[in-house]
Amino acid sequence: MTQIAHSPHAHVPLTINKVMRLVMIALTPATLFGFWLYGWPSINLWAVSLLAALLGEAMVVRWQQRAVRPVLMDGSGLLTAWLLAVSLPPWAPWWIAVLGSLFAVIISKQLFGGLGQNVFNPAMAARVMLLISFPVEMTTWIAPAPFGSVHAPSWLESLAVTFSGVHVDGMASASLLGHVKTEFTRGIGLDQALSGYYAPLDALWGNRAGSLGETAALFLLAGGLFLIYKRIITWHAPVAMLLGVTIPALIFSAVNPGHYAGPVYHLLSGGLMLGAFFIVTDPVTSPNTVTGQFIFGLGCGLLTWIIRTWGGYPEGVAFAVMLMNAATPIIDHYVKPRIYGRDRKGVALPIAAPISPIAPIGKES
Amino acid sequence: MKLFKLRGGIHPAGRKELSAERAIRILPLPKRLFVPLQQHIGAPATPVVQVGDHVLKGQLIAASQGVVSAPVHAPTSGVIVALGEYPAPHPSGLTIPTITLDSDGCDRWIETVILNDPFELSSEEVSTRVGAAGIVGLGGATFPAAVKLSLSRKTGVHTLIMNGGECEPYLTCDDRIMRERAEQIVEGIQLIAYAVGARQVLIGIEDNKPEAIAAMRAAASGSAVQVVEIPSMYPMGSEKQLIQVLTGKEIPATGRPADIGILVHNVGTAFAVSEAIRYGKPLVSRLVTVSGGAIKEPCNLEVLIGTPAEELIEFAGGYAQAPARLVLGGPMMGQQITNPAVPVVKGTSGVLALTADEIGQAEASPCIRCSTCVRACPVGLLPLEMAAHIRVADLSGAVKLGLKDCISCGSCSYVCPAHIPLVHYFNYAKGDLAAQERGKLKQEATKKLADERIARMQRIGREREEAALRRKAAREAKEKAALAKTTLAPNEKAAPATEEVV
Amino acid sequence: MITALTSLTILGVILGLILGVAARVFKVEGNALAAQLQDILPGSQCGQCGFPGCAGAAQALAEGHAPVTLCPPGGRAVAEALAAKLGADVNLAGMKETVPMMAEVKEEICIGCTRCFKVCPTDAIMGAAQQIHVVFREACTACGKCEEVCPTESIKLQPIPATLQSWRWNKPAAQLA
Repeated sequence: MTQIAHSPHAHVPLTINKVMRLVMIALTPATLFGFWLYGWPSINLWAVSLLAALLGEAMVVRWQQRAVRPVLMDGSGLLTAWLLAVSLPPWAPWWIAVLGSLFAVIISKQLFGGLGQNVFNPAMAARVMLLISFPVEMTTWIAPAPFGSVHAPSWLESLAVTFSGVHVDGMASASLLGHVKTEFTRGIGLDQALSGYYAPLDALWGNRAGSLGETAALFLLAGGLFLIYKRIITWHAPVAMLLGVTIPALIFSAVNPGHYAGPVYHLLSGGLMLGAFFIVTDPVTSPNTVTGQFIFGLGCGLLTWIIRTWGGYPEGVAFAVMLMNAATPIIDHYVKPRIYGRDRKGVALPIAAPISPIAPIGKES
Repeated sequence: MKLFKLRGGIHPAGRKELSAERAIRILPLPKRLFVPLQQHIGAPATPVVQVGDHVLKGQLIAASQGVVSAPVHAPTSGVIVALGEYPAPHPSGLTIPTITLDSDGCDRWIETVILNDPFELSSEEVSTRVGAAGIVGLGGATFPAAVKLSLSRKTGVHTLIMNGGECEPYLTCDDRIMRERAEQIVEGIQLIAYAVGARQVLIGIEDNKPEAIAAMRAAASGSAVQVVEIPSMYPMGSEKQLIQVLTGKEIPATGRPADIGILVHNVGTAFAVSEAIRYGKPLVSRLVTVSGGAIKEPCNLEVLIGTPAEELIEFAGGYAQAPARLVLGGPMMGQQITNPAVPVVKGTSGVLALTADEIGQAEASPCIRCSTCVRACPVGLLPLEMAAHIRVADLSGAVKLGLKDCISCGSCSYVCPAHIPLVHYFNYAKGDLAAQERGKLKQEATKKLADERIARMQRIGREREEAALRRKAAREAKEKAALAKTTLAPNEKAAPATEEVV
Repeated sequence: MITALTSLTILGVILGLILGVAARVFKVEGNALAAQLQDILPGSQCGQCGFPGCAGAAQALAEGHAPVTLCPPGGRAVAEALAAKLGADVNLAGMKETVPMMAEVKEEICIGCTRCFKVCPTDAIMGAAQQIHVVFREACTACGKCEEVCPTESIKLQPIPATLQSWRWNKPAAQLA
């Protein structure tokens, strides 16, 4: 007998692969902008990341004697590598990308049981691993050198940058967050540290030193709105994360503007926009309910602000996300939807009239 | 009227345009009808006819049995040719006790009495007649209508809600009946309200049926019956959701609508009630939507109960292309059938021949915990978590998460981008739990039997020993007379405690 | 040095005494557990588990010599109940989904010898000498004892035929890992 299909006999035209593709499409503008801004080396880095993730994942899956094709075809490994690549310094050496990608797909994803089973966001886990292990490579930023500008390296030069670690003189720069942190340690106040270094309009476009695809706040925002419009993500986690940074920044900068930066500075720097729209919306490692997702996002934002303001590292998005990933099961345990006909605790609503012996009547009448 | 907010829900492609503008047509009289004895929730009916009997249309052929049951009537005049098994309109493909009737072509009714004023009857009499007419919930639940009526009268119902939602995609038969037979539906509604003593009557109709709303408003003007336009959403036509959107109340998890003073009936049921009470005609036909991408000319048909599904498809022009799946009911909760010869029964609202594109099924992939299912669930469950528990055979874990509150509407499966058969998991688990419950009862019974047997064996052994002792004593007393008749008679065995239930 | 030794020794002695007393006071009767386990088992003494009757099986379970999945007639329901009682965390996903069976008499070759109903632990077989025997579905536990003693192989365990009432959806076969 042929297999009888259970209802429903209709389905929304969506697959995991399509979800991943849509996220990649949303990520494309910011990535292309990063390519333009930082030139050939950034393209190399991106390509190496994706390639390493594909090969690494294929290897482990084959080693586990599972079918390789469906795992690679779902596109989740590629997306992870892409997210990692856009959070790396654009002129980082090739082995940073390879190590990070392999760590992301093998250790933080497949070892946990594959797609859907990982506790921590693979891209962020890899980024944290790299930041702790290779602080120099991970904090060597370059000033923007768009295609056609004087400093833009040719393709051949770019190979030298990516694959043999050649440093280009005069290109090194500091990211805004790193610069401010350094200046603080030298006892220099915020207004002085920011002067000549911080232009909000440039930051909005992303025309500054920073990670490959994290700087273009507007493009990331557009990608996020596209995903919300396509109903791939909901607004809750992103908005909550932005709020989580904005609220303390507003309060503290109002109290002591000489020491605490304002919300615009925080919103437009580091990986916040990428984190808000592409990282905290990772379905696997965030809570199940929209309320839970709001709490999760808020926590990510708050922790990011705390780490940026008082922590040892200039940027805190990756750490904040990992900390909140660890809290996701707890959030899911406490934040559950109320079930129809029951109260919040799951106890059936009281019945006023006496119960008669007939069984409950069916659904449709 | 103020409407209340619902949780979750989905907006599947309606596909109602395929058949919505097709007026109801009457399917030509089929040669042979297969009328199952159980077309309702409860005990099956018992046949009251013999093979070879000639019956008239509307004549009782199987009587209701027990409190929750419904009688079955001859759908046309003709000769009973078999009382036996026939494939059931059910995904299992199993057979079901069925009366087979060969039409004589005359379609002659039994004598029916037309009432000029049905409201002269007492309210008890109305529900008795509804029961005698074999009317069940025609929305698909097939719960005997009279049982609901008398129960609601006893518990006291203030609000009667009529379900004109028809939220399942493709189906348009409620839409058509409301457009074409609104007057009679309103009369049926008034009869139901009269039978249960309801003070308020609301008809909920989804806003994707403006013509039906207009027709029903026109028919209901001047009466206490109030037509309410409700937003189109699946599963709006589910009893629980309809009550919630109209009244803001929820049925307690352990209760029934009557517990909050509400009774819900389908508009098609109201039409059948009017037919039964005013015209004295029992339920022998119903409206069925024949649709789907593989059907040449989708349509709405009035069909005699017991007509094989394939005759409906044939009347609709046959297949435009080979269907990937045949479904009875709507695509969201309807059931696949493999045999197109199964009969239309009282609960059949649609016969759908769907193409692979319409079904959109794909290989299941791992859950990415996107929680789209959580947002879609109208009940407030966590489908992804429940399925994960069931997958590793932790059914009690799933029950703790609310498995028993699941209404099997299929919204979660519909939206799942990983194509995980979530509602299949839930129905598997519900079936397994029910089977376990049955197994536990049986085990308790058999254990009792085993214990009884052991006790009996011990008693017999003891008696034998005592008898042997007595014999020995007797021999010693030099009595030579034979005493040997203490052997065990087989008919001493205890009869099983439980009778066989077929 | 001496102080340390003495204090540790005294501490050890006291704690040891407490443990000893506790072991006496809170002693769990092994038999009590076995009796509770026996209540869960079907009680048909069929011996399919390899132990002498349900009491033997319960004893072995209580002593931890037997897996909770030992009882074929009990199926998954019994295994789950046993696991819950013993606090054992057992993955029942791997346990074979057994088809419910019952004994059935092939009427053509039944000689009415009465041997089967004499061994039936639940009195599920009705019949008399020289008459064809009948099995009551609701009382049969499919222990198979009758099958063993039947001289003509007329009584056999058969899967219980599915009916619309007992039919249910099987577990989705989809691979999700």
